[in-house]
Amino acid sequence: MIRGVLYSLKQAFRHGFKNKGMSLASIFAITAMMLILALFFFLTVNVSFLTENIKDQFGTIEVFLKDETTKEQAANMITSIKEMQGVENAEYITKEQAMEEFKTRWGSNAYLLDGLADNPLPNSIRITLSELESGDFIATTAASLPGVEDVRFYREEVGKVIKVSNTIQKGALIVIIFLVVVSLVVVSNTIKLTVMARQDEIQNMRYVGATNWFIRGPMFLEGIIIGCISAAISIVLSSVIYTRLCETLGEQAFQLFSASLVDPQFLIKNIIWIFFALGIGIGACGSIVSMRRYLNRKGETV
Amino acid sequence: MIDFKNVTKVYADTVALKNATLHIDQGDFVFVVGPTGSGKSTFIKLISKLIEPDEGEVYVEGKPLSKMSNRDVAFLRRDIGMVFQDFKLLDNKTVFDNVAFAMEVVRCSRRTIDRQVPQMLSVMGIEDKANNYPSELSAGEQQRVAIARAIINNPRIFIADEPTGNLDSDTAWEIMQLLELINKRGTTVVMVTHAKDIVKRMQKRVISIDEGTIIRDSRGGDYGFDD
Ligand SMILES: Nc1ncnc2c1ncn2[C@@H]1O[C@H](COP(=O)(O)OP(=O)(O)O)[C@@H](O)[C@H]1O
Ligand SMILES: [Mg+2]
Repeated sequence: MIRGVLYSLKQAFRHGFKNKGMSLASIFAITAMMLILALFFFLTVNVSFLTENIKDQFGTIEVFLKDETTKEQAANMITSIKEMQGVENAEYITKEQAMEEFKTRWGSNAYLLDGLADNPLPNSIRITLSELESGDFIATTAASLPGVEDVRFYREEVGKVIKVSNTIQKGALIVIIFLVVVSLVVVSNTIKLTVMARQDEIQNMRYVGATNWFIRGPMFLEGIIIGCISAAISIVLSSVIYTRLCETLGEQAFQLFSASLVDPQFLIKNIIWIFFALGIGIGACGSIVSMRRYLNRKGETV
Repeated sequence: MIDFKNVTKVYADTVALKNATLHIDQGDFVFVVGPTGSGKSTFIKLISKLIEPDEGEVYVEGKPLSKMSNRDVAFLRRDIGMVFQDFKLLDNKTVFDNVAFAMEVVRCSRRTIDRQVPQMLSVMGIEDKANNYPSELSAGEQQRVAIARAIINNPRIFIADEPTGNLDSDTAWEIMQLLELINKRGTTVVMVTHAKDIVKRMQKRVISIDEGTIIRDSRGGDYGFDD
C-alpha cells in the first residue's frame, strides 16, 4: 500500500518533470486563475462584511421618546413591540448611553462633543429587526404609540445597499465558477497530454496485468500536485497583495464606509484551506475527467 | 485450463469468430493456423480479454471471463504472458527496463527485479544487451526481450501472435526452441503462426481456422492448408 503510493508519487513527479513545459504552463495558468479568484473572494468577503455592518448599524429602528415618558411606560412599550412579528430585540437606550455611542463612532474627533453643556440626545428604544421587510409596519406602529417623539428608519438606504451587495456577490460567484471551470479544463488538458504521451506504455502495462489504479494513480497525483503547487503560490501572492491593499486602502475605506477592511489574518487563514481544497479538487477532477475520456478501461485500444 | 463455449465475435459486418468451442489442457502446446483475416488474432485476444465475445463464454482456469471485474482481468493477465509480431517494446526504455517494467507492475521489490531480470536475459541469450535500447537490437533479439518480459512473472499461459512473423527462418527456429523451453516448464503455449515448416517440425496440436470457423483440430503437426 505505502509502496504503491510512493511508486505513484515517484512516477507522477517523473512525468510532470518530463512534461515540464506543459506542467509549468498549467501551474502558471491555474495560479493566475486563483489570483483573480482571490481578488474576487476578497471583494465578496469585504462587501458581505460591510453589508452586515450596515445592516447592524442601520437595520434598526430608533424610536425617540418624549422627555416626559417614564421608564415604566418605556418598558411597557418594549413589551408590546417585542410581540410584533419581525422584531428580534428591543432595548431601552438612555440619553447617556446614546452619547457614549456617539463618541465612540466619532473616535478621535470625539473631543468636539465635550464642548456641549447639555446632552441634546433623547432617550430611545432601539428595535433590532429580524426581517427588514416588516420594518415599515413596525416603524409606523411605533410612531403611533403615545410618548413617542419621532421614529428613524433608513429602510430604503439599507435596502439599496443590500441590493447592490447581492448583485456584487452574485457577479463574483459567476466569475469564480467560470474560473474554476477554466482551471479544470487546463488540468484535464495537461493530463490528457500525459495520457497521449504514454499511450504505448499504458498499453504495455495493461498487457502485463497492471490494475487500473496502478495506471491511474500517478496521473491522478500529477493533477493533484499541479493543483497544490498552484494553490501554494496563489496563497502566498494573494496574502501579500491583500496585506498591502489593507495598508494602502484601509484608511480610505474607513473614511468612506466608516468600517475597516476585513482583517488580513482572518482572510488569509481562510484562503489557505479554501485554496488547497480548491487546488486538490481541481487537480483530482481534472485528471479524472481526462482519464475517463482517454483511458479505456478494457479492450485493446487504450 | 482454457475453454471456449460457443464463442462468436462480430466486427461491424465481419464475423471474426463463429461459434467456436474448444478445450486446451494445462501444459499443452497449441498452434493456431489459417489464412490472413481468418480470425486467429481474434481467437487469441479473447483468451486474455483484450476483446470480449458477442456470444458464448471464454473460461480460463474454470473462471468465466465475462464475470470478471477490471481488477480480476488485471490479475488474469499476470498469469498470461503475451508476445506479438511487432514485439511492442518501449523504445525509450533499455532492454533491462523493458523487462523490469513487467515486474514493477506486479509490485516486485527492487532487489528481486535486480536479481531476476539479468537471469532471465541470460536464459534468453541477450544478457549483454541489458543496457541497449530496442532500436539497437536485431529483430530476433527484440523478440527475445518481448518473451523475457512476457514470462518474467512466471505466467501459467503463454500466448504468441505470429512471434516469428518478422524473423528469418534460422532466428525463428531459435525462438521456437525458447517456446519449447517455456512449455517444458509447464506453461501452456498457444501460438498463432503462418509458418508451415515450423508447425510440421514441432509436431504439436494444430487448430485450423478459416473464415472464423474452426475447421480442424489435430495432433501431429498437420498444417491443414495447402498455401
Ligand atoms: N478491430 C477490428 N475492427 C473491425 N474488424 C476487425 C477488427 N479486428 C479484426 N477485424 C476483422 O476480423 C477478421 C478477423 O481478423 P483477425 O482475427 O485479426 O485475423 P487474423 O489474425 O487471422 O489475420 C478480419 O476480417 C478482420 O478484418
Ligand atoms: Mg492476426
